[in-house]
Amino acid sequence: MHIVVCIKQVPDSAQIRVHPVTNTIMRQGVPAIVNPYDLYSLEEALRLKDQFPGSRVTVLSMGPPQAETALRKAISFGADEAILVTDRAFAGSDTLATSYALASAIRQIQQDMPVDLVFAGKQTIDGDTAQVGPGIAKRLDMRLLTYVSRVDSLDLERREIVVQRRSEGGVQVLKSRLPVLITMLEGTNEMRFATMPNMFRAARYPLKVWDKDAAGIEDVSKTGLKGSPTIVSKVFAPTPKTVKAEIIDTESNNPKDIAVTLLAKLFTRHPNLQAEIGKRS
Amino acid sequence: MSEQTQQNAPARKPAGRRKAELDPRFASYKGVWVFIEHERGTAHPVSWELLGEGRKLADRLGVELAGVVMGTPGGDTRRFCAEAFRYGADLCYLVEDPLLADYRNEPFTKGLTDLVNTFQPEILLLGATPLGRDLAGSVATTLQTGLTADCTELAIDMENRSLAATRPTFGGSLLCTIVTLNYRPQMATVRPRVMSMPARDEGRSGRIVEHALGMVETDIVTKVLEFIPDNLQDKPQLAFADIIVAGGRGLKKPENFQLVWDLAKVLGAEVGASRPIVQSGWVEPERQVGQSGKTVRPKLYIAAGISGAVQHRVGMEGSDVIIAINNDPGAPIFDFATYGIVGNAMQILPALTEAFRQQIATVKLAG
Ligand SMILES: Cc1cc2nc3c(=O)[nH]c(=O)nc-3n(C[C@H](O)[C@H](O)[C@H](O)COP(=O)(O)OP(=O)(O)OC[C@H]3O[C@@H](n4cnc5c(N)ncnc54)[C@H](O)[C@@H]3O)c2cc1C
Ligand SMILES: Nc1ncnc2c1ncn2[C@@H]1O[C@H](COP(=O)(O)O)[C@@H](O)[C@H]1O
Repeated sequence: MHIVVCIKQVPDSAQIRVHPVTNTIMRQGVPAIVNPYDLYSLEEALRLKDQFPGSRVTVLSMGPPQAETALRKAISFGADEAILVTDRAFAGSDTLATSYALASAIRQIQQDMPVDLVFAGKQTIDGDTAQVGPGIAKRLDMRLLTYVSRVDSLDLERREIVVQRRSEGGVQVLKSRLPVLITMLEGTNEMRFATMPNMFRAARYPLKVWDKDAAGIEDVSKTGLKGSPTIVSKVFAPTPKTVKAEIIDTESNNPKDIAVTLLAKLFTRHPNLQAEIGKRS
Repeated sequence: MSEQTQQNAPARKPAGRRKAELDPRFASYKGVWVFIEHERGTAHPVSWELLGEGRKLADRLGVELAGVVMGTPGGDTRRFCAEAFRYGADLCYLVEDPLLADYRNEPFTKGLTDLVNTFQPEILLLGATPLGRDLAGSVATTLQTGLTADCTELAIDMENRSLAATRPTFGGSLLCTIVTLNYRPQMATVRPRVMSMPARDEGRSGRIVEHALGMVETDIVTKVLEFIPDNLQDKPQLAFADIIVAGGRGLKKPENFQLVWDLAKVLGAEVGASRPIVQSGWVEPERQVGQSGKTVRPKLYIAAGISGAVQHRVGMEGSDVIIAINNDPGAPIFDFATYGIVGNAMQILPALTEAFRQQIATVKLAG
């Protein structure tokens, strides 16, 4: 079985700061990490590989040359092959253009060995769109299984897969046929530790780096800014609220008095709250 | 858009407004559509919230607002159409077919894509729910058009009649406005509870336009074997709670979080938390409020020991009244709360619990 896992290198947004004057992102020194949601997909792929010996896991990323680090990380966890798709032509791609480039690359990968399963993350922490996975599935005409919390069973002979999928108000148990594209829900598994041999392998692994031609891009106008229907027209800081909180304080400053003062204000100014609280208790 | 905000915006100036020559093949695209999401006989309230927002966009453009309802014949679909009219739709596109009994990507993508190609709306809105995101991503790729996810604000740029969709970026520290100039329809998803619920007008009605799905079961590879409903009793229902008491890292120890539960109990409130509390495992992930948790819009939100970081703020600033308890007078939460108490949460919370308890007892006596 051949599994492709799409991973993206993202800035660790916990460490991103916005420049107070220019309102631009200060990325200097912000570490780049593997999109945390992608790790649930990678781990699931590795588990399937453990379950079906002889399987191959290929990790695929589109991004600047530095994204190589993310791919090596994936190798250290146990992925077999890694491909970085990188080309100036891809700069400024929105999700439609990204899914076009990644789908082309997966078609190239197929020529080497047919792909049975593609995994993508639920979403990225920088883009947060959850659109690239569904986009790739449509372009490759694969069945799409999003928000999967569990792979129940996989029958390679019959090419059938049964998964549990989160939906509003419950879990759907779905049966589908390979090839499928799966996005995993967060928290559904825990990434394994990198083993020593895999860490060594990752360090000297000869990464495949593909430009637009190697990635089989047929129509360059469908990539990058040109191939992106959506355009960022403006980036700005949220308007600070001008009215600050009314601070409740009392002379005694003891908690009981403060609480009573607050309640008096609350119930005179917001009579609906009094009714609301009265009705439920 | 994601990649753009990420790859271009910070590096150089945003792409800015480009010459807006709409492709002539899109000239006939008119009207605003809202996908009415429903599962198991209940419509998702985000559908009505979007109709409220869609109404404003449609009025601004001087076009009609339509709901899109897809489901099984004889089921609840007509009821949802009637409801859509009450929330502001002028008409509903209705696709009825037994194949649409449960949500599955293939038939829903085909149904919605066909509707768009036939009736050509200029704007298509969906809820940013698991179903809505699954469907929106598939439909946008099939139609080869732009889709902006998780918007918090929608407006019309009258200069070229385009949809200006604003969403948080970089973890909420910045906002960006995204347009889809040369493609139609312009698609966007919006999270539940971000837009307010519109008034319901019992007297409103509208017309129904039916369309066939044109698929047979054997066309569809994916089968639903089973549906396991969540046990609603055990699941926190934060998104629709009217009162929420939330705690943050300022509570210091898991034992202290009990004070949040105590106040919530007296108020009949749901319990929420900031992300560090969820990450430390003090409460379940469903209780996280904020950018990577739930968006809430209660009538009253009480935040104890929460600093008010932007990622938390975006999830709760739509609350009617916010009470913040924090021992640091400079905490950002005081910049946007309604009332603030500068003090130790471990003392203020019990005092509030007691004060509310007495207040309620008095009201009971009086009533
Ligand atoms: C991509 C991304 C997504 C995120 N998503 C979310 C999200 O969805 N939700 C979320 O909440 N966060 C989210 N965060 C984290 C967010 O940035 C903050 O780190 C987090 O909200 C802080 O939680 P806190 O206010 O509980 O803790 P802190 O920031 O540590 O604040 C604790 C506060 O308690 C006060 N305090 C201390 N002692 C006391 C006392 N005795 N009595 C009263 N007050 C006291 C302190 O003055 C301080 O203001 C996200 C971050 C990133 C990068
Ligand atoms: N540049 C990229 N390279 C590889 N995979 C990507 C890229 N962008 C997005 N993805 C995949 O698509 C998922 C959803 O991304 P997004 O639509 O940006 O939220 C991610 O979790 C990745 O698995």
